[in-house]
Amino acid sequence: MEAMIPLFVAIPLISAFLIVLLSKLINGFHKIFAPFSLLALLFMAVYIFTNLDNTSMTYAMGGWGLLNDLPIGIFLVLDGFSILMLGIINIIGFIALFYSLSYISKYTAESNYYALFCLIIAGMNGVVLSGDLFNLFVFLEVSVISSYALVAFGVGKTELEASFKYQVLGGLASMLILLAIGLIYWKTKTLNIADVRNVMSGGFSRPYYIFVQVLLLTGFGLKAAIIPFHAWLPDAHSSAPSPISAMLSGVLIKAVGIYVLIRLFFNMFEFTHEIAVVFTVLGTISMVIGSLVALVQWDVKRLLAYSSISQMGYIVMAFGMGMILLIKGDNEPAAILAIGGGIYHMINHSVFKGLLFLNAGALEYRLDTRDLKQMGGLSKAMPVTSSTSLMASMSISGLPPFNGFFSKLIIIIAAVNGKFYILAVLAIVISIITLAYFLKFQHYAFYNRTPLKSLDKIREVPFPMTSSMILLAILCLALSLLALPSVNEAVLHPAIQVLMQSDLYSITLIP
Amino acid sequence: MSVYILSFVLFLVGLYGVITRRNLIKIVISLSIMEFSIFMILVLVGYIDNGLAPIVDPASGGQIYVDPLPQAMVLTAIVIGLATTSMLMAIAIRLYRKYKTFDIRELKNLRG
Repeated sequence: MEAMIPLFVAIPLISAFLIVLLSKLINGFHKIFAPFSLLALLFMAVYIFTNLDNTSMTYAMGGWGLLNDLPIGIFLVLDGFSILMLGIINIIGFIALFYSLSYISKYTAESNYYALFCLIIAGMNGVVLSGDLFNLFVFLEVSVISSYALVAFGVGKTELEASFKYQVLGGLASMLILLAIGLIYWKTKTLNIADVRNVMSGGFSRPYYIFVQVLLLTGFGLKAAIIPFHAWLPDAHSSAPSPISAMLSGVLIKAVGIYVLIRLFFNMFEFTHEIAVVFTVLGTISMVIGSLVALVQWDVKRLLAYSSISQMGYIVMAFGMGMILLIKGDNEPAAILAIGGGIYHMINHSVFKGLLFLNAGALEYRLDTRDLKQMGGLSKAMPVTSSTSLMASMSISGLPPFNGFFSKLIIIIAAVNGKFYILAVLAIVISIITLAYFLKFQHYAFYNRTPLKSLDKIREVPFPMTSSMILLAILCLALSLLALPSVNEAVLHPAIQVLMQSDLYSITLIP
Repeated sequence: MSVYILSFVLFLVGLYGVITRRNLIKIVISLSIMEFSIFMILVLVGYIDNGLAPIVDPASGGQIYVDPLPQAMVLTAIVIGLATTSMLMAIAIRLYRKYKTFDIRELKNLRG
């Protein structure tokens, strides 16, 4: 089973190459080949997930394993946390690609779209699997460079402007990350995440590592769009083609942002109280400001993008609370709840935000506008879009029995148990504000009696789009099963275990 | 020590350029300057005084070699930097075709 790990990177890379090469020769090659290769990835992720059994697996690239208990090659590491991320990436990736089959046909150069899509998946799978800092940087660049290109795919004025902004800020972030990696290498003379941990456990100079931690927090914070670093996100996510928005908002900011932050701060550094407080404060600020700004947006996709910032705030806040509780060390059940809630909300957010962006794409596909004021009364004309987006809206604003309710509930219970009463109240208030702006979205898009004259011309979107929306809506309901204790134990517990016992990662890799 | 400080100054020069310049091309150039300052820091990380190029010859033992790993990292990072720079340039040229200007103040479709 170890031999399957590099395939997560190799299959999408090879398919991107083949798509560019062969789609000129074989008509429609990209439309058949890309979904099948992503489906294969999805099956592999599910297969590994069912057989992983609470252990971790490593794969040494090229057979360069340990030499005198020191890693000399590049390792790919798969444990309970990364398999969850792999699952999200490949599920949302496959569904968004299937949706693109009809959505993207209005653009030219379709085959390039599919090739870039495969590259973005390859990069994210690589980031999640990589056990090596520099390798992580390379995969990160693979995924973000293809996302720059995909944001500009429409080559209109706004798309290009958003892509330029995204690239300047993203480039800045990449440089800070590279600088931090160089500084870590300088002191520890190793790039392996587990080995860095081992070297640092033998003592290190604190001011130096605080500088490195700040660099990493800024760099990956820019990628994750936590609030002081969020300026690019609403532009980039609203200008991209909708399936790409679903990928960016649903998966990319988690895989290259939050996931790496959490992995590095839990499993590489020994986090300090200051860092934990910074996480909590940044998360809370993102949560509050993101939702307040989303309230006044009239562009559907901008509203969804700001709501992404707000929901990312929930996740970061949950992890921050978990870190503070772990450092205090007197309330471990609350810490488990907080971290588990963060992971659970991360999975849920990728599903419902992906679905909402696909809904926005369906509206844009039929109406050619993203302005809420020009929509209205579409619930009759587009029943599938309307009902799935209603489910997603209820899910994101935390109404039972959808998944968003349970994950927010777990985070709030954790906040109360950990005596963060203000944060608990804020989380509830922001959840209500979220409900308010999603009611606005529902009202203006689907139920408003409308000034729209040509309503009878509007039909439901084609089959690939409806089926992928229905699939995600079913996932929204199904994921609420994760709140059951037994399912929770089986699915989320390995991931929580990896983060709670933060030495486990380095010990299993280098005995 | 002064080399490290000089590379950091170069980094700040690039950052200043990104923040203050209004021409798209100059912003791209400033980003490249920042990038190359980081490459210099990376090469300096692996540098050892009086070290030889790391082509190990078993016959002459006891030599000091510079660390080759940062050099390999810099080579990879240069390739990545090339990709980002060309991507940025392509977008800048496309923007020029749409707006007929390189001035970033004229690009204000996206606000709020």
